[in-house]
Amino acid sequence: MPDSTFLDSTELVLNMGPQHPSTHGVLRVILKLDGEKILGTECIIGYLHRGVEKIAENRTYAQFNPYVDRMDYVAAISNGLGYCLAVEKLLNVEAPPRAQAVRVILTELNRIASHLLWLGTHALDIGAITPVFYCFREREEALKIFEKYCGARLTTHAFRIGGLLYETYDGFEQEVNAFCDMFLPKVDEYEELLTNNRIWVGRLKNVGILNGEECKEYGVTGPVLRAAGVKWDLRKAQPYSGYEKYDFEIPTGQNGDTYDRYIVRMQEMRQSVRIMRQAVAAIPEGPIMGKVGKVIKPPVGEAYVSIEAPKGELGYYIVSDGSTQPYRCRVRPPSFVNLQALDRMVRGGLIADIVAVIGTLDIVLGEVDR
Amino acid sequence: MPDEQKPGGSPAPPPEGGGTPKPPAKPVPPAKPAAPAHPAPPKPPPTMAATPWASDLSRGVKERFGDRIAETSAYLGQNFIVAKPDAAVPILEYLKLDCDFDYLVDITAVDWPKRPVRFDLVYIVYSFPRNERVRIKTYIPDGFRPETAVGVHLTANWLEREVFDMFGIEFAGHPDMRRILLPEEWQGYPLRKENSILLQDQRWVQENLGIESGQ
Repeated sequence: MPDSTFLDSTELVLNMGPQHPSTHGVLRVILKLDGEKILGTECIIGYLHRGVEKIAENRTYAQFNPYVDRMDYVAAISNGLGYCLAVEKLLNVEAPPRAQAVRVILTELNRIASHLLWLGTHALDIGAITPVFYCFREREEALKIFEKYCGARLTTHAFRIGGLLYETYDGFEQEVNAFCDMFLPKVDEYEELLTNNRIWVGRLKNVGILNGEECKEYGVTGPVLRAAGVKWDLRKAQPYSGYEKYDFEIPTGQNGDTYDRYIVRMQEMRQSVRIMRQAVAAIPEGPIMGKVGKVIKPPVGEAYVSIEAPKGELGYYIVSDGSTQPYRCRVRPPSFVNLQALDRMVRGGLIADIVAVIGTLDIVLGEVDR
Repeated sequence: MPDEQKPGGSPAPPPEGGGTPKPPAKPVPPAKPAAPAHPAPPKPPPTMAATPWASDLSRGVKERFGDRIAETSAYLGQNFIVAKPDAAVPILEYLKLDCDFDYLVDITAVDWPKRPVRFDLVYIVYSFPRNERVRIKTYIPDGFRPETAVGVHLTANWLEREVFDMFGIEFAGHPDMRRILLPEEWQGYPLRKENSILLQDQRWVQENLGIESGQ
């Protein structure tokens, strides 16, 4: 065959995104292809960069609190928890036990909401239409509880530095329990649709493998790390907000492929229900706000505090110069760091796999770009 | 938390202001009642009330790197090492290979324009086997090109690119030293303190977005 025909085997550079439904936001990936095989990729990010860290330096500690919700907007409560814990660390105060329990309940509920959005969109990317409707149906119930608690559904600003602003509403415990009762059979339902589905297994098994060593090399955390067989969860390793009081498992996988990550996240939703049940059964009485002054003015110093967000380790490194505004507020976003491993995961795979791998990394571009 | 002893208990007095272990000297409100006795030197700015950190790990690092380690301290139960700029990457390597600190959590910088040595460069590492976190801090002047950590931890690639993008700190030997979040042709480094939050690269905005100003 002559070299000049367009059917020859020269490499092709293909642009994917930033406006592409399965990049979950404004991610642009430049693909180098040999036929259907991926030879390499390059991520172009920053389309959603809003300068959150610069904004922090120009706001007081309390004023910056709502901004953190806008990073990982599908898990806003986790963002808020991390930020509040970091400032509380600098102030050397702790939220009262009642506030901690409510925080755990809402954070786990948010983890479920975040995982449901991941499952729905991931399945949609692979070509399964039904799960997204099921997932959004249940996610709605979780969002209703947020709305009833603090008036907002997505960017909730649920927590305050030092504890909570709002007491729980009447019937909060019953509604959370009702959600737990309703939700567990639904997870089985999703699994019936997907876990043994031939197309699902065929598209996910042995796709985008990242083993434990590679995860550590790339700093990848969260379900991606656990699916590679590393049993590590910050809620267990360095418990915060009273997680040491609750009994739960860390689900892990073995192969570190897309299928294992699916299984791990499904198990995590069940574990979240388990935590919520324990927490709601034993919400202590007492104040919901710790001893924090009206003006938040941490002493000169610095602290790094991280939590297990639905996507991985979310850290805040805050430097205080003794004034009312953070001197520097660095956010260590799990999505940004995890996305770096995309190239390693898809290299040598097929072009269809990249959609599965972006889905399984569970990135939120608001957090990648900040 | 294993690495989270409450501050206090340690008899070592904080370097500046007061014997209480927890809060460093509270900044006194700017001389409201005109103080009759005027202290001759202006009050030094309050500093972080860090306490010395001594453990097998800190001793090991000190032994290995000698006077390239300026201090090993702890603040709020979080341990950190202050090192000479050229020692940062060798320390990361030593911690990774000999002490199991196999996970580079973050690299970031802090800008202190009034200080003679302008930037803090901060590395945060974590060890899965030890369940321990350590920060490594170095102080570097403007224009200094620190060595890249990509050879030790692959994570450093994007993290260093972000530091370059935001602060203009270039890493020597980095395989791909380009901006990551901002457009390639953008002028200025937003997280430097002299840049106001409103500052934008107007020329870039006009050329690429076809509008007069982004504000």
